[in-house]
Amino acid sequence: MSAIPAAALSVDQLSIRFGGVTAVESMTFDIQEGELLSLIGPNGAGKTSAFNAITGYLPAAAGDIVYRGARLNGLKPSRIAALGVVRTFQKTSVFAGRSVFDNILIGLHLQSRQHPLAIILGLPSIAREERRLVEKAKEVLHFVGIESRKDELASSLAYGELRLLEVAVALAAGPTLLLLDEPVAGMNAVETAGFMETIARIRARGVTVLLVEHDMKMVMRISDRVICLNQGRIIANGPPAEIQRHPDVIRAYLGERRARVEG
Amino acid sequence: MRRLAIAAFLTFLFSIPLWVGNLYVLHVLIITGIFTIAAMSLNLLLGYTGQLSLGHVAFFGIGAYVSSLVSLGFAVHLTPDWLVTLDPQPVWLAMLWAIAISGFCGWAIGRISFKVRGAYFVIVTISFAEVVRLVALNWDELTQGPMALNNIPPLTFSIPGLFEFAFIGKVPNYYLVLVTAIIAYIVIARLVYSRAGRAMIALRENEPLATSVGIEVTRYLVLSAVVSAAIAGMAGALYAQYVQIVDPNIFLFIYTVTMVIMVVVGGKGTLAGPIVGGLIFGLLPEALRSLNIGPELQWVAYGVLMIVIVSILPSGIVPAVGRWWSDRRRAAAKPARPTDAGARQAAR
Repeated sequence: MSAIPAAALSVDQLSIRFGGVTAVESMTFDIQEGELLSLIGPNGAGKTSAFNAITGYLPAAAGDIVYRGARLNGLKPSRIAALGVVRTFQKTSVFAGRSVFDNILIGLHLQSRQHPLAIILGLPSIAREERRLVEKAKEVLHFVGIESRKDELASSLAYGELRLLEVAVALAAGPTLLLLDEPVAGMNAVETAGFMETIARIRARGVTVLLVEHDMKMVMRISDRVICLNQGRIIANGPPAEIQRHPDVIRAYLGERRARVEG
Repeated sequence: MRRLAIAAFLTFLFSIPLWVGNLYVLHVLIITGIFTIAAMSLNLLLGYTGQLSLGHVAFFGIGAYVSSLVSLGFAVHLTPDWLVTLDPQPVWLAMLWAIAISGFCGWAIGRISFKVRGAYFVIVTISFAEVVRLVALNWDELTQGPMALNNIPPLTFSIPGLFEFAFIGKVPNYYLVLVTAIIAYIVIARLVYSRAGRAMIALRENEPLATSVGIEVTRYLVLSAVVSAAIAGMAGALYAQYVQIVDPNIFLFIYTVTMVIMVVVGGKGTLAGPIVGGLIFGLLPEALRSLNIGPELQWVAYGVLMIVIVSILPSGIVPAVGRWWSDRRRAAAKPARPTDAGARQAAR
């Protein structure tokens, strides 16, 4: 699975430490342009830590993270987002006190270029751009299918819609690589199915996706490739069918469940 | 409806000097207006970015001192044999300097303290105000110290030989303050309803999420500090040219507290909040004074009223009224499901 030139994101020998504890140890993997790669592994395997390091929320103790030729190590999250790498959060995270529509407008931050002086002077270019942003926001809401909720307060949304709003906010930022941290956790089967369809449509726009998820059915169905982590190390890396049969994976992760179910 | 209400309110404000002949009332209104402008500037920081500046009066005082010094001129020894002198400049230029220097101080404070924020920002702003007060008090050669700067000239517009107008007296100053307040309101409103304002609100609501969509934290916090400080400086400059005397007491902590009360009681994070709060707490002491009670009781009443308002309406008067209004409209429109219409309004 080593990279033919177009690796979008390449993570090389990444290590993450919290004090003396090593969360991630010498992790190396690539994502191809347009690919959907899933990170799986038991709780505490280092999935979210890897996510946080890639998106600038945690410092890497060692190793390189390169996206489309730009080194991400040490960059601020906002800068990484400007390079097209946008994430969602494991714990539901929206601008709760604002309307759904305002949430999207905030997400569109990178799609506008208003200079503070122009704003204060009220130049006509500002009004033009605001109209363009409003159109774009409507488009994003339509894309994820929550436009009927546009004037609701974000905190008043049902859980499934809330998670869609999170993705919509991330999409508004215009990602070329979207990192989703357990997006369907807590969703029911119908909502999950709907969400998978949304991911398919996001990919159809040419967006590369890195997914962290515990819902194995979903992971195995939508991933091009799966990486399994255990205790901070990659123990398997391959297409879903191969991962499901991989002895280390079964032992580390699926095995526990199978044993529980069968025993 | 909204436009009509604004137009009616502005007409009312513009008409006041036509039917209020009492100069003392106009004086109170002018001072109230100046502090309302300062409260509006504080609201940009406290209400929209959530950062509490407890030294906001520093920017106000710096504006007052800079505009006074530039319009009076000064000669000051920076070293025993390095004398810096400035001849008196026109007052409008002095006021522009006041805005620029206050804004610059806001930038500097923002750069220093927004890396850490929260409690540190509060401490840095308090310390800054205290340091500036001590400088004003002790740098006699520049500021006259406790002797105060006197005879500050009023704002004058003139085309030599053709036209001259000086803002002397209550009525011209009333209009000057009113127009400045409107300009400050427009500047803040434009900022708040723009990409920059949304970025500030996003940082207040959920900073990790805000940065994940590319919002640069420091940049927008510093921007709000600069604009906020510049407007506060403008208010200070207006104050100086109106009362025509500035002493170091202008930096007293109580003025910052007054501004914070105006913002919090009126409703922080709303455009109308500081105006409502400013009018109430600017006029209240005078209203209490007109009652026939002792000065101690006046302040007790002031305090009690403030506590009552804050405990009944914790998010402030303007959000509460907005909530009440939208509930009423919703109830009138249709007996719909009871959603959080009020809470949404509160967030506006």
